[in-house]
Amino acid sequence: MDLEKFRSQFPQLSRTVYGKPLVYLDNAATALRPQSVIDKWAESASMNTANIHRAVHYVASVATEEYENARKAVASYIGASSPSEIVFTSGATASLNLVASSYGSAFIGKGDEIIIAESEHHSDIVPWQMLCERTGASIKVWKVSDDGHLDLAQLESLLSPSSKICCVAHISNVLGLVNPVDDIVNICHSKGCLVLVDGAQGIVHTRPDVSKTGCDFYVFSGHKAFASPGTGILYARKELLDSMPPFMGGGEMINTVRWSGSTYAEAPMKFEAGTQNFTGVATLVPALSVLQSSMEEDLAANTDKVCGYVLDALSSDRRIHLYGLPGDGFVKIPLFSFSVEHCHHEDLALILDKMGIAVRSGQMCAEPLMDRFGVTGMLRASFAPYNTLSEAEYFVRSLDRAISMLA
Amino acid sequence: MKTLKEIQNEKVEEFAMFDDWLDKYSYLIELGNTLPPFPESLKTDDRLIKGCQSRVWLDARMEDGSLVFSADSDALITKGIIALLVSVYSGRRPEEIASDDFSFIERLGLRENLSPTRANGLVSMIETIRRMAENNCAK
Ligand SMILES: Cc1ncc(COP(=O)(O)O)c(C=O)c1O
Repeated sequence: MDLEKFRSQFPQLSRTVYGKPLVYLDNAATALRPQSVIDKWAESASMNTANIHRAVHYVASVATEEYENARKAVASYIGASSPSEIVFTSGATASLNLVASSYGSAFIGKGDEIIIAESEHHSDIVPWQMLCERTGASIKVWKVSDDGHLDLAQLESLLSPSSKICCVAHISNVLGLVNPVDDIVNICHSKGCLVLVDGAQGIVHTRPDVSKTGCDFYVFSGHKAFASPGTGILYARKELLDSMPPFMGGGEMINTVRWSGSTYAEAPMKFEAGTQNFTGVATLVPALSVLQSSMEEDLAANTDKVCGYVLDALSSDRRIHLYGLPGDGFVKIPLFSFSVEHCHHEDLALILDKMGIAVRSGQMCAEPLMDRFGVTGMLRASFAPYNTLSEAEYFVRSLDRAISMLA
Repeated sequence: MKTLKEIQNEKVEEFAMFDDWLDKYSYLIELGNTLPPFPESLKTDDRLIKGCQSRVWLDARMEDGSLVFSADSDALITKGIIALLVSVYSGRRPEEIASDDFSFIERLGLRENLSPTRANGLVSMIETIRRMAENNCAK
């Protein structure tokens, strides 16, 4: 598909801020919505509203079908062996909490170890810390190198018979490097340790294949992949889901409820207590089709060009320190976190904002990584397939202007 | 001596002279540079204003019945904003500050033009100034 045609699917790309065209470079925080997602949301809200899985009436069956179709679409998109391996949640954070709480409380106890990469998002750290507080398990940190690389030899040395699970992002939301999840899984599985992959960024920039990778858990949010906010996915291998206790109790997750005790539905329903975000979930179908098209030839070529250009521009500027460098087999995606000598990230972000450019500044929900690199925060420009080379050039020029304003 | 309202009106007029936000930022950055050096020893956690993305320190002391503020920040625009507040409120009696409605912030157009996280920082700065004033009012 041609870039202009792809862009025309995203109405927000034509909006202005402060009288300037919006240049949206905060895609890692949330992506913009394509028209097909907006239309699907409107259609579901205006025509297909009825609670799912409960009633026998007509609209309820349509709504249920849309919801279950989304489950099938997600399963096939990420290569799960069956839709029943897909649990819908409210987002990546909720999926991570579900695993830490349900799997964690059943199978991780005192003396056990959880390996967590230093570059993880708070959402993949805090639920595990909470689990450790409850159970007496402990966390081992898998450190990143100065270039932001995770070293497999170090992983091997961290693994012990007490290692129960290794939690690592497919792509860190700060470093923008694709981690070798296939190798990580092989190494961990050979030591009997499970692997959870946080795919919040990975789903957007790669095509995961969970069956091939063999990971035990893969989580992501719909909103970063063009779908409605409030939708999240937990993939887990069937045996694991079957062995895990429910996370929340409530409607539709049960088999029978008696005062003497209740029995639970099969997975994935066991984990979907209460009314689900069925309107949002329906948008995953058009979102995944846009996501798939964004990785096709023409658009992929544009993304590569933009990525190469920004990488060159930022890494050749001596005032700029870029975190997460490609090399040693680590591929860079167009997500750039950096700091600028003598400039506060907040000042730069405020000035860029007034030039129409939306970027992220601050700790980016990865405070341990900020500490690792000795900074109070960073500036992050994250590109999506709809961002053009001329937007990238405007960003680089504007950044230079912002830096000189602060000099 | 000018009244608090007069000083506030002056600041609002001065700020309105720039139509472009980048010029307003440049003005704030310059204003921040006029703040006297803030001693490192005063950069303690209890002087840190919570809720800002950057770090902002504010100190207040009583001199001849007036409250004298000094401040610093590690970000330049924020430093300019706190400098603007200091230039308005420093040297005023605490009673006068405590009874102000702080509505000139609205008139400056700062609140709606800063991102919500920043606006939160601004709210915290104002709250801190108000609280410091209240703590120093004659009982
Ligand atoms: C790597 C990573 N993990 C987890 C999350 C949390 O996602 P959400 O806030 O959608 O639950 C994010 C989003 O910022 C992320 O980038």
